[in-house]
Amino acid sequence: MNNSLIVLPLLIPFITAIILIFFRKNIPVQRLLSVIGSVLTIVAASFLVATVYTKGIQTTNLGNWEAPFGITLVSDMFSALLVLTTSIIALVCLLYSFHSIEKSREEHYYYPVLFFLILGVNGAFTTGDIFNLFVFFEVMLMASYVLLAIGGTKPQLRETIKYLLVNIISSGLFVIAIAYLYSIVGTLNMAHIGMRLNEMGQSGIVTVIAVLFLIVFGIKGAIFPLYFWLPGAYYVPPAPVMALFGALLTKVGVYAITRTYTLFFTQDVAYTHGLLEVLAILTIIIGAIGAIAYSDVKKIIIYNIIIAIGVILFGISSFTAEALTGSVFYLIHDMIIKAALFLLIGIIIKIAGSSNLKEMGGLINRYPGLAWTYFLAALALAGVPPLSGFIGKVLIIRSGIEAGNYWGSGVVLMSSLFVLFSVMRIFINGFWGEAREYKNEETVPVKRLLVAPVILTICAVLYGVGTEAIYPIISLAAETLSDPEIYINAVLKE
Amino acid sequence: MEILMAILVGIIFMSATYLMLSKSLLRIIVGTGLLSHGVHLLLLTMGGLKTGAAPLLGQQAEAYSDPLPQALILTAIVISFGVTALFLVLAYRTYQELGTDNMELMRGKEGNE
Repeated sequence: MNNSLIVLPLLIPFITAIILIFFRKNIPVQRLLSVIGSVLTIVAASFLVATVYTKGIQTTNLGNWEAPFGITLVSDMFSALLVLTTSIIALVCLLYSFHSIEKSREEHYYYPVLFFLILGVNGAFTTGDIFNLFVFFEVMLMASYVLLAIGGTKPQLRETIKYLLVNIISSGLFVIAIAYLYSIVGTLNMAHIGMRLNEMGQSGIVTVIAVLFLIVFGIKGAIFPLYFWLPGAYYVPPAPVMALFGALLTKVGVYAITRTYTLFFTQDVAYTHGLLEVLAILTIIIGAIGAIAYSDVKKIIIYNIIIAIGVILFGISSFTAEALTGSVFYLIHDMIIKAALFLLIGIIIKIAGSSNLKEMGGLINRYPGLAWTYFLAALALAGVPPLSGFIGKVLIIRSGIEAGNYWGSGVVLMSSLFVLFSVMRIFINGFWGEAREYKNEETVPVKRLLVAPVILTICAVLYGVGTEAIYPIISLAAETLSDPEIYINAVLKE
Repeated sequence: MEILMAILVGIIFMSATYLMLSKSLLRIIVGTGLLSHGVHLLLLTMGGLKTGAAPLLGQQAEAYSDPLPQALILTAIVISFGVTALFLVLAYRTYQELGTDNMELMRGKEGNE
């Protein structure tokens, strides 16, 4: 069944971006149009989630070509939810940008590029074709290069060079991986590839390609030992860009690993998923070391991204329905809360004029709203029960223990402690203690900036409190992941 | 034929890797150019190199070569063109701002205490 609703979360940002290009100098019009565009995207994405929930997986064959021959867009519950989360984060980062991005940046196509980024991310979540996934990756990466470099300060230029080089190499590897896969299965449609690989059964070359895909998406998603580019690159852009990157870019890599490891490479699970599990645990450990090592607020949150990626991938590697449910829960929670935290520390850095913890203190007296929002967001990140990070980790750890994987589950459990310690250190050093005089304090519109992270924190709290209500939706997403037959049948319609 | 191409692609990848590990930024960009050449040739090779007419229906041949990898390569070529153009301009701008093209000297001190 063709359903044009799937195309809307891609088409709306695309058209908005194109229109915005024509209003380069007129910033009020740019702001108005971008808010309209992102609200429409959220509405379309919500309808998509509702449709997938009531009617099952939605597919669209572009140009009416039958499934394996044309490009198919597929929206199962997993991708629909990620598209909705992306759209919400986009709107919130946009609201934050209005009060924090300088005029010179706004005039140089900041908003159009932001919408191209959203187009790339939404497209990568929705596509059902492996080469089309590559193209959407490139759309997203191109936009991210520009967002990283825009403004042109020295650190930005330096880090953009590195980020660009790493991503050129990983894109090259992605095309190599697609070439190898194409020579084996002779198709590019993801459902069709999954079916053919299952028919072939276990073979050595498929395992090699599975590892190659893990390397490719591991570079995009920053897993150990391919995370080396992330701390530098995410350190330099302004806060709303940092929030977009931290919340969306690495998660697209995680999504791609999840998709390929649940749909394609399910023959030699002992090796491929075993490798993924080891790497996930090492990722958590490396992230935890980084998060407690630095006294720089940006670095602390950046290493927390790496920890979260490890936790999600540990759930994926367990490959049981329960662990997958946990991973989906944790993935969405992490996107929301990472965006909130980056925006919050953006405000803190603006007030203090430095990102070093040693130069802060006593913020709670003057900014109680900021302080308590940060406190809630920090607790949610660590997974304190009524909040959003709890249920995902519980499911991941429980299924790990049931599978007898005590070491891995122990590491995931311990990681929460390190996460809590690292974010509480910001709270204790930055908000408590003796109040200081900050030079540029008066120029920061704290109240207006605070709107965006407060919205996200409220989302996170509701997500945690309303777990019972959301559970059927999330378990529907995990069901498709744990049984690839559902996905394949929906696309190829036997 | 495929074996020859595989060896050629291997040599290209080897040179690209060597160039990308060097200090000079311009050599690195040449390395990425070589890498994308290798990738595109590999895509062509893995699609199969059996003899057949060019994929034009006017040729009315018995067998055609596989049209799909050619379309993929065309897409990949324009994408890598775009990225390389951006990379070159960025390298030029970085050279103007930082006054060096040596990757060893492009270390950031801030935030690493």
